[in-house]
Amino acid sequence: MTAATNTRMRNASAKKVREFVTPEGVDLQLRIASSGLRLGALIVDLLVITVTLFVFNLLVDWISHATPRDIAFMIWMLGAFVLRTFWFIGFELGSRAATPGKRLMGIRVVARNGGRLTADAVVARNLIRELELFLPLMMLGVGAAEDMVSGWTVLAGVIWSLTLSLFLLFNRDRMRMGDLIAGTWVVMAQRAKLDSDIATADEAGAMQFSDAELSVYGIFELQELERILRGRDPRAMREVADTIRAKIGRPVAEEDDVFLLSYYRQLKARLERGLLFGKRREDKYASE
Amino acid sequence: MSAPELPSFSTGRFRAEREADWIAFDLLLTKLEKRGAKALTSDELLQLPILYRATLSSLSIARATSLDKALLDHLEALSIRGYFLVYGVRETRWSRIRRFVLYDWPAAVRAVWKETLIISLVIILGALTSWSLVAHNPEWYYNFVDESMSGGRDPRATVEFLRSTLGHGKDGGGEESGLHVFATFLFTHNSRVSIMSFALGFAFGVPTMMLEYYQGIGLGAMLAVFSSKGLGLDFGGWLFIHGTTELFAAALSGAAGLRIGAAVVFPGARSRLEAAADAGKTAGKVMVGVILMLLVAGLLEGFGRQLITDTMLRYGIGTVMLLFWLGYYYIPRRGDVA
Repeated sequence: MTAATNTRMRNASAKKVREFVTPEGVDLQLRIASSGLRLGALIVDLLVITVTLFVFNLLVDWISHATPRDIAFMIWMLGAFVLRTFWFIGFELGSRAATPGKRLMGIRVVARNGGRLTADAVVARNLIRELELFLPLMMLGVGAAEDMVSGWTVLAGVIWSLTLSLFLLFNRDRMRMGDLIAGTWVVMAQRAKLDSDIATADEAGAMQFSDAELSVYGIFELQELERILRGRDPRAMREVADTIRAKIGRPVAEEDDVFLLSYYRQLKARLERGLLFGKRREDKYASE
Repeated sequence: MSAPELPSFSTGRFRAEREADWIAFDLLLTKLEKRGAKALTSDELLQLPILYRATLSSLSIARATSLDKALLDHLEALSIRGYFLVYGVRETRWSRIRRFVLYDWPAAVRAVWKETLIISLVIILGALTSWSLVAHNPEWYYNFVDESMSGGRDPRATVEFLRSTLGHGKDGGGEESGLHVFATFLFTHNSRVSIMSFALGFAFGVPTMMLEYYQGIGLGAMLAVFSSKGLGLDFGGWLFIHGTTELFAAALSGAAGLRIGAAVVFPGARSRLEAAADAGKTAGKVMVGVILMLLVAGLLEGFGRQLITDTMLRYGIGTVMLLFWLGYYYIPRRGDVA
């Protein structure tokens, strides 16, 4: 990995962060949810809706023993419409502003201007989903039904409607048409457990590193090291420990976890001291 | 690290001092999310903003001083969760619904009155166009109305057949058994069309106007066929009983779409995105109303029209519905928030 790729990675993740200042003046730095997560959430929701309808159908079947065909037909048609429309609206009006699919993916809907998410915004963004989901299908259906429409016309129609449906791929805020009209964003809202503090612990048996040995790494490497330490995978720890040992020129003398933990604590203390003095060393390529 | 080297401020001590607040805030939020504000005691409610502010201040300090990724992530997630709960919805769903029906819905409909007028004119224009064309030359009919949609109701049909389709004759096409299916089909179909004409509004409102024009065209063509056979009055009743509600809803959905289209084309002092978002909110409210109206129209069409066959009664019900909607929307009321 070079300095350039490192910077590029940091820029890429910074591009997803949006300023979102609370009335207390703290920037919450919301991260825009990726299109993959959005698709995943939609698929989960549609699956759950279908299963719900199916179960409901079975229930009606069971109550009335033999359902006439028209009742089943009605359940599917009306139920699909009502559930599809009000499933999304109902859940997004709740305090978590997320359907079960979105909750599963750890994303939620917020108002773009930082204000409250209003009911009308939720309604608007969800009614437009109808268009985004079904316009391409309708275009195909129309093409199949009418012989006089040539294949090319159908193709043009489908492509046109797909640009609407896939609108979120073409803007950096990952807004659907519905988000655009309703003034909303979908952002990350996953929970992070408060892990134990691995930096404070017993000092006994800790190794000592010199300033020169600690000055080879920056914040990026520190946080990667933290990830490895919290992951507790012995093979990864061995690999990282060997890399660090080679870099600072230490022999393999102690257990990997003792070595890494000591190094992590002292590197963190050193870099945090730098922070207090206004020096933020992003990665090992940055100057001291 | 040996003791003398320790800086007087340490992130370890910072965390030890504040951690209890974060855990308490987390528990409070979980309780709030699971069981709502009613589950909190008044003491906990007073604690909520204090803990929220404490967490936000911790986040600021941690960002400036700590490099512990797990800690930063946790505080960030906790603050975001807290922000949306503290500043989020303060209304119950029930009071939201009440406010929507009493104020927001009619106010939103009133706000798009100009667009409603335009769309109504477009529908009438469509109907007049096809009516005059078909009245002069019945061959035009086949251009306007799809074979499968008309179900034999075309200029070649006999008066008896046409009358039977209006529900006066004995044979209603053998569909008497499936009234509820018919009503369901009509409702979902009409809702889809309305949602489309709303949702297509952002394309400068052009597709919306075209959709509404087509609706008018189909209407006018049918009207011409029936009135040429001397069934104009009966057809009017057949249409009127649900048509006042349905066409009103169609006009409103078009108006909602046109509002968005107009906002995109003429955003005024705001940015185009902002203007679209503002218009979208008003239009969204109108659209919920439209779907409810279409539900009523579907019931009137599926059940009312098939069961009530007296033309005058049909006219009466249609008129009452029209007056009801007009009164509901346009009579100003106290405590209005237009």
